[in-house]
Amino acid sequence: MRKLALLTLALVGGLTGTAFAGDQSDFVTVERGRYLAVLGDCAACHTAPGGKPFAGGVPIETPFGRLVGANITPDRETGIGGWSLDEFQRAMSEGVAKGGYHLYGAMPYTAYTKVTAADNAALFAYLKTLDPVHNEVETNQLPFPFNIRLSLFGWNLLNFTKGEYVPDPRQNAEWNRGAYIVEGLAHCGTCHTPKNVMGGDKAGEALRGNVVDGWLAPDITGHAHQGIGKWTTDEFVAYMKDGANRYDIASGPMAEVVEKSSSQWTDADLKAVATYLKSLDGSPAAPPAPLAAADPRMVAGRAIYEDRCSGCHVGQGEGITGLFPKLAAAPLVNNADATSLIRVVLAGSRAGATDARPTGPSMPAFAWNLKDEDVANLLTYVRNSWGNAAPPVKAEAVHELRGEMQP
Amino acid sequence: MATKLPRKDVVVIGLGWAGSIIANELTDEGLDVVAIERGPWRDTARDFNIATAADELRYNQRQELMVRPAQSAITTRNNASQTALPMRNWGSFHPGNGTGGAGNHWAGITFRFGPDDFRLKSYLTEKYGAAAMPEELTLQDWGTDWAEMEPYYASFDRLAGISGKAGNLNGVLQEGGNPFEGPRSEEYPTKPMKQPYGPTLFAEAARKLGYKPFPVPSALLSEAYTNPLGVTMGPCTFCGFCTNYGCANYSKASAITTVLPALVRKSNFTAVTNSEVLRVTLDRSGTRATGVVYVDSSGQEWEQPADLVVVSAFTFENVRLMLLSGVGKPYDPVSNTGTTGRNYCYQTANGVQLFFDDKNFNSFIGGGAVGMGIDEFNNDNFDHSGLGFFGGGSIRVTPIGAAPIASRPTPPGTPRWGSKWKSETQKAYLSTMSIGCEASSYATRGNYLSLDPTYTDRLGRPLLRVTFDFLENDLKMAQFCTSKVGEIARAMGPRQIVERPMKGHWNSAPYQSSHVVGGFVMGTDPTTSSVNKYLQTWDVPNLFVVGASAFPQNPGYNPTGTAAALAFKAADAIRNLYLKAPGALVPA
Repeated sequence: MRKLALLTLALVGGLTGTAFAGDQSDFVTVERGRYLAVLGDCAACHTAPGGKPFAGGVPIETPFGRLVGANITPDRETGIGGWSLDEFQRAMSEGVAKGGYHLYGAMPYTAYTKVTAADNAALFAYLKTLDPVHNEVETNQLPFPFNIRLSLFGWNLLNFTKGEYVPDPRQNAEWNRGAYIVEGLAHCGTCHTPKNVMGGDKAGEALRGNVVDGWLAPDITGHAHQGIGKWTTDEFVAYMKDGANRYDIASGPMAEVVEKSSSQWTDADLKAVATYLKSLDGSPAAPPAPLAAADPRMVAGRAIYEDRCSGCHVGQGEGITGLFPKLAAAPLVNNADATSLIRVVLAGSRAGATDARPTGPSMPAFAWNLKDEDVANLLTYVRNSWGNAAPPVKAEAVHELRGEMQP
Repeated sequence: MATKLPRKDVVVIGLGWAGSIIANELTDEGLDVVAIERGPWRDTARDFNIATAADELRYNQRQELMVRPAQSAITTRNNASQTALPMRNWGSFHPGNGTGGAGNHWAGITFRFGPDDFRLKSYLTEKYGAAAMPEELTLQDWGTDWAEMEPYYASFDRLAGISGKAGNLNGVLQEGGNPFEGPRSEEYPTKPMKQPYGPTLFAEAARKLGYKPFPVPSALLSEAYTNPLGVTMGPCTFCGFCTNYGCANYSKASAITTVLPALVRKSNFTAVTNSEVLRVTLDRSGTRATGVVYVDSSGQEWEQPADLVVVSAFTFENVRLMLLSGVGKPYDPVSNTGTTGRNYCYQTANGVQLFFDDKNFNSFIGGGAVGMGIDEFNNDNFDHSGLGFFGGGSIRVTPIGAAPIASRPTPPGTPRWGSKWKSETQKAYLSTMSIGCEASSYATRGNYLSLDPTYTDRLGRPLLRVTFDFLENDLKMAQFCTSKVGEIARAMGPRQIVERPMKGHWNSAPYQSSHVVGGFVMGTDPTTSSVNKYLQTWDVPNLFVVGASAFPQNPGYNPTGTAAALAFKAADAIRNLYLKAPGALVPA
């Protein structure tokens, strides 16, 4: 019986689709939709760990409170089974759900508005093929007054520009494909673009780095000092596909992005994204001059580095490719913001694992045996040695993050 | 009553080196594999964190990585006239526990056995005549040879990234390597380890005496290495917390640093941990294994049916499971019949300690397989005519790292406590070194493994009983080889040396070596061996028993490389012979 019900649903979905946008049940369309769902990492918010695919329930902590990823399986009552393609298109491009209520920006319609109608149709066709899962999700768990969706009307006026991506005729097809992915489905700016007080993107600072959930989503512009300007296209592709390149290993939230999404992108799309990102101007501010080696903070930091860190990251911060990140000339180390560095020293971190690089090595935690000042001096040393130059880390910053991370 | 689980293609018992290698090979073949491990899942990131891994009390004194004797102990005795008693703390050997098995806390010395070792009985008889063979020895050939084994050794070297210098590449001797090793098809995957002062001094003295020192082949890697499964290892830091510890730096090759990260990603692999296999189940005819019964940590029994059963636990548990499952006939030393438990052998540990006045060895620097060795007095690398014994040992200086609790070298005559002991410790700690000689252990009729008639485990199953004592042959060999080590030691100019050849009876209390081998040996004759050259049991063709339990005797080398090579050998036979024509691969 269950099988039959599924078949009926699929047929209904197919027929509905036909009425609006050609043959949506077509294999090629569905398969394309599946890839687009991977490209957009929809599962990150819509598939709970250990849960049924796309049945929702992933909590998303925002500065304003908790939102929960919706059920987007084709269940009529609790999912999007009753939605039309037009309604889906409107949610993606305008942030307005079936029934006319506004979605919160955690559903990144500010990026998805760039997605073409054809891609939305393919994505919708794919979602319609999923097992419908009956799973009621209370998506809006924000406190008053943020739980009043009407406030989103004003937010949109200030922070949202509707419209499909328009290719830049001065750039080639690869660049435009990269821009379409980055600004659209991949919604990189959701984490990597600095935010204003309302949580909207800061104008003119796209992808220059932003702190989310106690991690720095680093600068991923073409900035040579703190962006990915020094990475070759192949190195960028290796990072996104395998989770590691000669500089770095994906860790924290980015490890999940690699595991669930970018490791499955096509090489052509990864190259396109590299081309686009590397073309972006980073911050115009000149990198700082490195601190003098004789600075007392550097002297203290060096002693800690040699004692506690050099066993893995080796003497000159060269690291071991695929195992221990390179610290010398590494963009993340040179970012103005040191949040991720402080965090991994205090709490440790485990790298992501992919089929190409299954090791999944870890950084141990030092919160229990390094004081705030030790961590600050250590990172100040790392950020100002071997060609690195970045603002010194203050003990207060370590103290603050340590407090935030206490359970 | 056991709850029956859905059938699997293969059930593997134990996730140490052998089980992990075989599970990986068979999942590559597309088979659905479940592995059952009696201990916990172990993982470098969580279990061997660098901030906590260097804990001598926890790992060396309290033996955290070894199986708890309360879960699985051994009873021991020297001969059949005695009553065996259970070991309540591990002493003589250190059986492992959890994924990675004893391969987590091993030293990492990765010798290959010599070509003659695989046909030892034939070789010695051909060379010295049957009359020269001491009567007490029950040596056997393995039923395989160097040409068959070499590709599997190479597979293991590549998997583990072994560091070293070839001494014989395709028959051409190589300067700086071990000239006595069998011809290798390829150089070691990674360069030799750097050498601390002690091994360097030893190598200089050995060279002056005309010997050919070489870097000990090491599973602690000299440089970063990514293996064929894509798993990356880092260079050893010589931290000195190595043997008996897990490696925090991803430098010591083990199943958890080379195989399991790739294996767990496969959808056709399942690991069941903290679950102990009670027995292999056979059909009524007793010629077909139907699966295994295991008990989980809640005491619940499960039956796991499978088409193929691979037993790849530690030597002791391999043999015990076969005895408990009724596979093969238990060995009886009186009638010299039966095969399960036969040819149990060990390793003969010898050493010479050197006390200097004017040297600083920085003894805290080291690793289990960091060092220099010579092979002139191993196996039959020297003429045994008229010596009255066979065998020999690997002579080497491998400073494992002098941790503060266990390493307190003092010259003979020093009080065991008090201010004199303290001052002598201070004097000797940095200026003392030792030369080891890990020597052969040959089989004899009275050394064997059997089920204990008195003592049982928590589940009511008999413990395994070890009946073992050193042979006259091996003690003579120990005396001879240790005297040769003494000559080298004296050439190094110490103030005092202490020679410690193995003497007297085997004592289960002091640590000697975890190299327990045999008891379910491979060979060509079903009346004197348990498995054929493919590690397939003679009586039950869909049951393979893999590990050092298959060695008919132990040469003067560490066994892990050979146990792992046998795992590759068995997996290859299953993939390329057994699956095409399930049944006995060698006619009995």
